[in-house]
Amino acid sequence: MASKPVYSLHRNPMLKKRDDFEDVLEERRSSSDLRYALRCYTPVLYKGMTPSKASMLKSMVLQSDQLHFVMKQVSTETGKAVDDIQEEASAILEEMAHRLQLSTIRFFAYTLTKVFKNLFRSICVNEEGIQRLQQAIQEHPVVLLPSHRSYMDFLLMSYILYTYDLALPVIAAGMDFMGMKVVGEMLRMSGAFFIRRSFGGDKLYWAVFSEYVKTILKNGFAPLEFFLEGTRSRTAKSLTPKLGLLNIVMDPFFKGEVFDVNLVPVSISYERILEESLYARELLGVPKPKESTSGLFKARKVLSEDYGSIHIYFGQPVSVRSLSQGKIDRCQFNLIPRHIPKKPTEEIQGFVNDSAYRLVRAQEENMVLKPWVLLASLLLQNHHQSQASGQRPGLTRDELTQQAAWLRDLSRQYGAFLHWPDHASPSEVVSSSLSLHRGLVKMSEGRIQLAVEQGGQVNPGEPRTAVTPEEELLNRAVVILSCASYRNQALHVFLRPALLASALHAASSNHKQEVFNSFSFLRNMFSNEFILCPGATVQDFEEACFLLMKTGELQVTEHEVLVTERGQRTLGFLTNMLDPFLQGYQVVCRFLCEEASEALTEKQFIPDVRKFIIKHLLAGRLRYSEVLSSDLQKNALAALLRLGAVQKMKGAQQGTLKVNKVMVNSLEDTLGGKLPTQKAAVARL
Amino acid sequence: MKWNGWGYSDTRFLFNKKGQAEFTGKRYRLSGLIIPGLKDWMEGTFGASVQHKSQATPILNSSSVQPPNLNEAFVEELKSTGVPYSHDAEDRVFRAHDCHDDVVKIVELACKHNVCLIPYGGGTSVSSALECPPEETRSIVSLDTSQMNRILWIDEKNLTAHVEAGIVGQDLERLLNESGYCTGHEPDSMEFSSLGGWVATRASGMKKNIYGNIEDLVVHMKMVTPRGVIEKSCQGPRMSTGPDIHHFILGSEGTLGVVTEVTMKIRPMPEYQKYGSVVFPNFEQGVACLREIAKQRCAPASVRLMDNEQFKFGHALKPQVSSIFTSFVDGLKKFYITKFKGFDPNRLCVATLLFEGNRDRVLQHEKQVYDIAAKFGGLAAGEDNGQRGYMLTFVIAYLRDLGMDYYVIGESFETSVPWDRVLDMCRNVKARIVHECKERGVQFPPLSTCRVTQTYDAGACVYFYFAFNYRGLSDPVHVYEQVEHAAREEILASGGSLSHHHGVGKLRKAWMRETISNVGMGMLQSVKDYVDPANIFGNRNLL
Repeated sequence: MASKPVYSLHRNPMLKKRDDFEDVLEERRSSSDLRYALRCYTPVLYKGMTPSKASMLKSMVLQSDQLHFVMKQVSTETGKAVDDIQEEASAILEEMAHRLQLSTIRFFAYTLTKVFKNLFRSICVNEEGIQRLQQAIQEHPVVLLPSHRSYMDFLLMSYILYTYDLALPVIAAGMDFMGMKVVGEMLRMSGAFFIRRSFGGDKLYWAVFSEYVKTILKNGFAPLEFFLEGTRSRTAKSLTPKLGLLNIVMDPFFKGEVFDVNLVPVSISYERILEESLYARELLGVPKPKESTSGLFKARKVLSEDYGSIHIYFGQPVSVRSLSQGKIDRCQFNLIPRHIPKKPTEEIQGFVNDSAYRLVRAQEENMVLKPWVLLASLLLQNHHQSQASGQRPGLTRDELTQQAAWLRDLSRQYGAFLHWPDHASPSEVVSSSLSLHRGLVKMSEGRIQLAVEQGGQVNPGEPRTAVTPEEELLNRAVVILSCASYRNQALHVFLRPALLASALHAASSNHKQEVFNSFSFLRNMFSNEFILCPGATVQDFEEACFLLMKTGELQVTEHEVLVTERGQRTLGFLTNMLDPFLQGYQVVCRFLCEEASEALTEKQFIPDVRKFIIKHLLAGRLRYSEVLSSDLQKNALAALLRLGAVQKMKGAQQGTLKVNKVMVNSLEDTLGGKLPTQKAAVARL
Repeated sequence: MKWNGWGYSDTRFLFNKKGQAEFTGKRYRLSGLIIPGLKDWMEGTFGASVQHKSQATPILNSSSVQPPNLNEAFVEELKSTGVPYSHDAEDRVFRAHDCHDDVVKIVELACKHNVCLIPYGGGTSVSSALECPPEETRSIVSLDTSQMNRILWIDEKNLTAHVEAGIVGQDLERLLNESGYCTGHEPDSMEFSSLGGWVATRASGMKKNIYGNIEDLVVHMKMVTPRGVIEKSCQGPRMSTGPDIHHFILGSEGTLGVVTEVTMKIRPMPEYQKYGSVVFPNFEQGVACLREIAKQRCAPASVRLMDNEQFKFGHALKPQVSSIFTSFVDGLKKFYITKFKGFDPNRLCVATLLFEGNRDRVLQHEKQVYDIAAKFGGLAAGEDNGQRGYMLTFVIAYLRDLGMDYYVIGESFETSVPWDRVLDMCRNVKARIVHECKERGVQFPPLSTCRVTQTYDAGACVYFYFAFNYRGLSDPVHVYEQVEHAAREEILASGGSLSHHHGVGKLRKAWMRETISNVGMGMLQSVKDYVDPANIFGNRNLL
């Protein structure tokens, strides 16, 4: 059970201090947008630097020792002349580099204001966070790490920084944006630089890229911005952090090239996500449309609806120096010239990984939750329960209000950053939430329920053609998945207690060790699904026990974990919350045992497992249609690969998956509570 | 000499009745002069105020000091040898008078009676090397070598001099000068530090570019150890006889024995000396220039680059100008540099230079160096600024004592670092000092400044000054120690060494193992175990 403390526990989540918000749109609604876009903009830079020209930045990168070393190396390996390689490097840089221009920012400041005022009720920012950021930018190179839920994120970030007269960030963006010609260039001129999605073996590309980022960072030309999650989360759950860029930005500190680097987690929460049903369809297998300018214009329909408010929380800057104190011995870089690229040691990789998880958790903690998130959780559970028991679906307004109030109190005790308007009565709060999300709910015979029954997504104007059962199932799933994405926003609040609740449910006795084993098994199983810091099983277990004990739902003695009378309701709710995931992973296991052919490829996995799940859903053997989410399926496969139950084949059968059916089968049984989690089993995993 | 501060008793900084800073005595160029800028600089830099004074303990009286722990049998037997000794509060030292043989006697006696010996030269150590280890229970004898201060012979054919190790630097130079020679070894402490101390700490002199560091200067030496005397049998200029035993002695910091006599290289006195200075637009350019000078191996006898803070400090120490003309010229210079050349007074920095040797060659050399400097935006800034820069190194310790009278404590420390890390290390260490002071509740921003004082083929020696106003702190000495510790950690993490020439002493012992590895520690330990098994030389430095 011993493990290193990785994450500092907030012993009492109720005590978490958070800043207040200010609405930046308020002023925009009462004054001239044009004047705002043309106003005097004089941000302070790191140590009073003057901003560098993009061309100067490029030549600094091309002349760097690092790049020269790699160019020579590549030249020796390939036999190409150094000059040719220099050309290549220059071309890579050309393709990558940003061309930040204030005029473009002003253009966006003007047009975005118009758009935002139309779409959103408010855009709220914690101004204390802005002040902390301003201070940090002057003292140290700063890296902004926003959560990624929407295309809007990075324009929004630059918009906010412009509004507060802060230095505009340079943003790492995926190459897919480049497909949109005009927009791609516009984004480039507003500070985006473009990275290829994969360049694993390309030494030269890696060298140009990392040197470009480091040069910006070390000289403090601009705050750097990138998304730890790597891509937009389609499920509203935080994604497992990617480490490449984080590694690059920490490197100059490790090598003593800067005194410190400040990492600023930023949490952007949308009351209603613009891409709501788009994401759901994508997860269900309608392939992602290639980003194109014309596609964006088609999205204009989206632009005429009400999307509620956005909350942007700039978190406490995290100093890499204090984060690494006592963990990284910087002397290790003393014996090799610093321009020679070196693979990070295990020690450093471990540290970067831990830090990445901490940062993502910091993002999660400061995500604002709206009442709708709680309602969505309740309505989803109600939907599935009524389906299973054959009762009438839905809740009366009073029932829903009463349950929402209960869940509100519970989530606050767990430390959720819940924005529940205290001045309004609970029933008003419920009504206003429902009206904003009226596409997802309906009233039928006085009961509020999810809008699933009439194939919710068929447009009224279109002729009602006969739909196959499969199409109807998928149409329902769109609503369920959209709804689940709101529930997912609250998952991080309930995750640890929910894992414990499920562990108690699955464990064969109340013996503490047994419960811990079961908890540890589930936590391990789901560590690709949720943000669970590696190696922090004991802390997570303790945190879960603490929260449930504090609220009187659990009694934990030296050897036993007991559920109290009043704990039943909460534990039931928590178990139900995780149940779709438990079921989902079991179905994936069953698929691999029963259906997977010898020649199953990684590519074929998702379509095949989807077919299998649809079959089960239609036969009524499975009630959670959210299991259709390809995100869940991918995560389950990743977990099985990590545990060694499935292996990727190399060589001739490249890309095929080899399934260890005995192991997969036993995992499925353990997930289903049919097999006890033995200590040995856990140790083996 | 002061017992509670640096240097001569007649020499100190003070604020006179008019509130102006004044440097007393007659010994230095600055002596007897008014320094108008100092008060403002102290107030501006530290937030110190002439109103807030904290006096030093004036006289040491014997009642405030613990009584000596005497080994009577040892003292009795010592009396019979005729070696003078004292256990007065201010002395507590034995004077091994005349010669090597006296030392041999004392060391034998110490071994016989199990007495702890701590060799004492000039007492200028800044590494706590001379502090008595608190855990020592035996009688401690401080073995003062100051009376062994003669030049025994000079060999003009081989250009060597055989000198007793207690001689103090300035006396050695003065005596050799009388015969037309010099050693050229001029550490900043040379007024007070001794030859034996240089050997024991691996000292470095400012003109090492011409004459070399102490390890390059020593041809032969004698050390008395509990096992007997160690020395080589000949004076060959270089030998291949296994690892050089001199390197067990150099840097041994008094843990193995007492160095009694040294044969060192001497040179004819230089025909011509010329100071110089160069102003650079910023520290980065200055370092780049020094690097180029080192690359072309054309460094003058001394070249030092001060950062902006230190440039301002040097400026504050300008004495009152005697004529309107000088002040007019100064004004013109300032105008030329800041307005005409566009140097930012808050970024520019200054290199001071010293050329030495044959007149023609000095002038030629000077031109070469100024040409290189020009490539890095450097402007020649006159001899006077250069000379004042060097004078400052001698008075800076007095200034530290003045600071202490006004709630300012400070100290200096040094390191050596490869060229590619000089800038990064300087920036990180200075920032760390500021950061740590803030963390520990220092109310005023500290002075945190550095200069590059030596150039080598593969790197440079960097010197840091650090001082802060401790008003409002309950335990300033502890805070000071913590900050210094943090600064050293930062040096090591940024690729710097544990010490360039101050030595390890007890202050930096904690980092020895990581510095020289386990095996390295074992090697040193086994030498100690063989040479001094009873730990007679028990100052507990180094290991």
